[in-house]
Amino acid sequence: MAAMLHTIGVASPVASGGVFPDHQSNKFAVSSLHSLPMIRSEARSNLSSLHESYRAGKLIAKAVATKGENAAASGASKPGHELLLFEALREGLEEEMERDPRVCVIGEDVGHYGGSYKVTKGLAPKFGDLRVLDTPIAENSFTGMGIGAAMTGLRPVIEGMNMGFLLLAFNQISDNCGMLHYTSGGQFTIPAVIRGPGGVGRQLGAEHSQRLESYFQSIPGIQLVACSTPYNAKGLMKAAIRSENPVVLFEHVLLYNLKERIPDEEYVLNLEEAEMVRPGEHVTILTYSRMRYHVMQAVKTLVNKGYDPEVIDIRSLKPFDLYTIGNSVKKTHRVLIVEECMRTGGIGASLTAAINENFHDYLDAQIICLSSQDVPTPYAGTLEEWTVVQPPQIVAAVEQLCQ
Amino acid sequence: MALSTHRTTTALLRHLTPAVSYLRHISTDSTSTITVETSVPFTGHKIEPPSRSVDTTAQELMSFFRDMALMRRMEIAADSLYKAKLIRGFCHLYDGQEAVAVGMEAAITRKDCIITAYRDHCIFLGRGGTLLESFSELMGRKDGCSKGKGGSMHFYKKEGGFYGGHGIVGAQIPLGCGLAFAQKYKNDENVTFTLYGDGAANQGQLFEALNMAALWDLPAILVCENNHYGMGTAEWRAAKSPAYYKRGDYVPGLKVDGMDALAVKQACRFAKEHALKNGPIILEMDTYRYHGHSMSDPGSTYRTRDEISGVRQERDPIERVRKLLLAYDIANEKELKDIEKEARKQVDEAIAKAKESPLPEPSELFTNVYVKGYGVESFGADRKEIRAALP
Repeated sequence: MAAMLHTIGVASPVASGGVFPDHQSNKFAVSSLHSLPMIRSEARSNLSSLHESYRAGKLIAKAVATKGENAAASGASKPGHELLLFEALREGLEEEMERDPRVCVIGEDVGHYGGSYKVTKGLAPKFGDLRVLDTPIAENSFTGMGIGAAMTGLRPVIEGMNMGFLLLAFNQISDNCGMLHYTSGGQFTIPAVIRGPGGVGRQLGAEHSQRLESYFQSIPGIQLVACSTPYNAKGLMKAAIRSENPVVLFEHVLLYNLKERIPDEEYVLNLEEAEMVRPGEHVTILTYSRMRYHVMQAVKTLVNKGYDPEVIDIRSLKPFDLYTIGNSVKKTHRVLIVEECMRTGGIGASLTAAINENFHDYLDAQIICLSSQDVPTPYAGTLEEWTVVQPPQIVAAVEQLCQ
Repeated sequence: MALSTHRTTTALLRHLTPAVSYLRHISTDSTSTITVETSVPFTGHKIEPPSRSVDTTAQELMSFFRDMALMRRMEIAADSLYKAKLIRGFCHLYDGQEAVAVGMEAAITRKDCIITAYRDHCIFLGRGGTLLESFSELMGRKDGCSKGKGGSMHFYKKEGGFYGGHGIVGAQIPLGCGLAFAQKYKNDENVTFTLYGDGAANQGQLFEALNMAALWDLPAILVCENNHYGMGTAEWRAAKSPAYYKRGDYVPGLKVDGMDALAVKQACRFAKEHALKNGPIILEMDTYRYHGHSMSDPGSTYRTRDEISGVRQERDPIERVRKLLLAYDIANEKELKDIEKEARKQVDEAIAKAKESPLPEPSELFTNVYVKGYGVESFGADRKEIRAALP
């Protein structure tokens, strides 16, 4: 096991072509090299052969080369344990808080109440009131406080009870969180994590059903990730806490009760990597967060109709994992983006532009982007359903693409 | 020899005549205590104000004079550089307010944190910044404290405990409370001085942050540098209650004569002791800026020239220290003039050197956006292998 860890962790640098920035030993990488397996997303045999074919080029395709190694590495050898998504987030948070005394949680009702979605339940009695800080309802200033604390070296996890409330803190997130590393000439790093649930829930009303990934995506200096399963929720939470950059972790209100079996051993995921959910041949479907499940539902219908879609959960909203996405586009030549973000200026819009710019030659058809409608989310159930993308629409779009 | 063996307990600053003495009774390096009484008493809100008698030494007074002369010279030079278009954008000058910077430094250590808004050049100097770093940053050169990427409003010095340098009014206040939170978290017996202006005193985030600081007894000292004008609006036109030291309500406050470096020192020392034991305190520094709000503001459309020259005559911080030095016979006129000339020389040299400093490389556009220079490469899981190099 140790030898395999070594193979996974330490890859030889590419000798030709690559440009290496002179980044020094990164706490994140160093600790992960020595202590735990860096497990990539679930890979199937298609992907390994695909990557091997690209090995001929100047790039080492992936750290985990064969299916056999991967299966062993992903913890299938151990039974693992089953839990819900919010418990996975809590597990990740708790492990990081135990590991590093500088990690603290700041947010409304995170302490004694246990968190409005129970993500921080049980942490305050365990770590104390100072490390799991209940704040008054003052998003602008407690986000600012978290950032100020991060300037001195603490690693706060700032929780917004709903992503929409973080709009009040937008100045702090944009100017101080994103830009301080740059404007101070590299003197200060802001290793903060800003997390919270967003997205359309069950008739929560317009102000509590906002999809704000689009607002944050142009802030220079921050990274955006969106989790969708308990497995990647825990991995991304841990990666975000360990990252030296500010990370905004988008969760979804309706996904908190998803159940999945996750490995017992410790694992950290790569913040900038997309997840291959289902490899395929005909069309690439890019999605994230809750829409992944709508897509998978549509895929069942599509498979019955004879299509073979490739589904990728992009996970990293800023920066995009153009490597995985690009390889997929090169294979299938058709792209469908399914997202919950707003149509105008949303993640899908940026992704469409990025794919067009980089992979235009590989596209056989125009990119179709299915996003939420540009409306405030209505209260009425039927109207709310039609605000977000539904599986029948996805099926129709794939059929249109594959004509 | 009588002077050196007695402590003078009352020294009224306004009616001093320079003592002509051929014998130097107190040398410039003497560390024997001199007690001076501030000209204006402290006013407290929900707190017993400290005594008006401040202990100082000849050495300290000389350092006040030297530092303030340097700061004054630097700001005047920045004025000329701006008019010569070597400094662009926004340039907010601190001349007139130097006493706050030097008085605060005298009361604290470099482990305590200071965070302020955009009028940050002199505080940067006080925290250990050099003239070269300052001018290079103002002119956007590589040798600047933020490598030329921050500008006038973004001076930082991590080793000196100076956390900037912020452009958005009031946004530094929650950051300052965050610094205090980290100090409390680490239990390291240091305090944070969060400076803001009379304009920022009406921001909601101030009161939000104050509430949290008071709730958790954070060692935060909020200092309102009240120069009576928020850009072009006088304080009585912007605030219903311009008694900023009272605005904390449940948080004690102290009003200080901000043009008197010794009063500032006394207040900051008092505030530090208080904050370490009892939580936040507000200090209102009654100060004045001679320049306009920034270099684009002439500074005379909303106040009269008589007012500016009146304050310069009666309350100028450097003049006060000069009178003290002369009264206690620590230095004579010529020596003080020499110090000012020396300051001018240092500033001119720094400017010449800064002008030679190169502009940042074009590749610097993309450095320090992320901590690992993310730009065009996408890395593998262990961050060592390149997986793709994008155009």
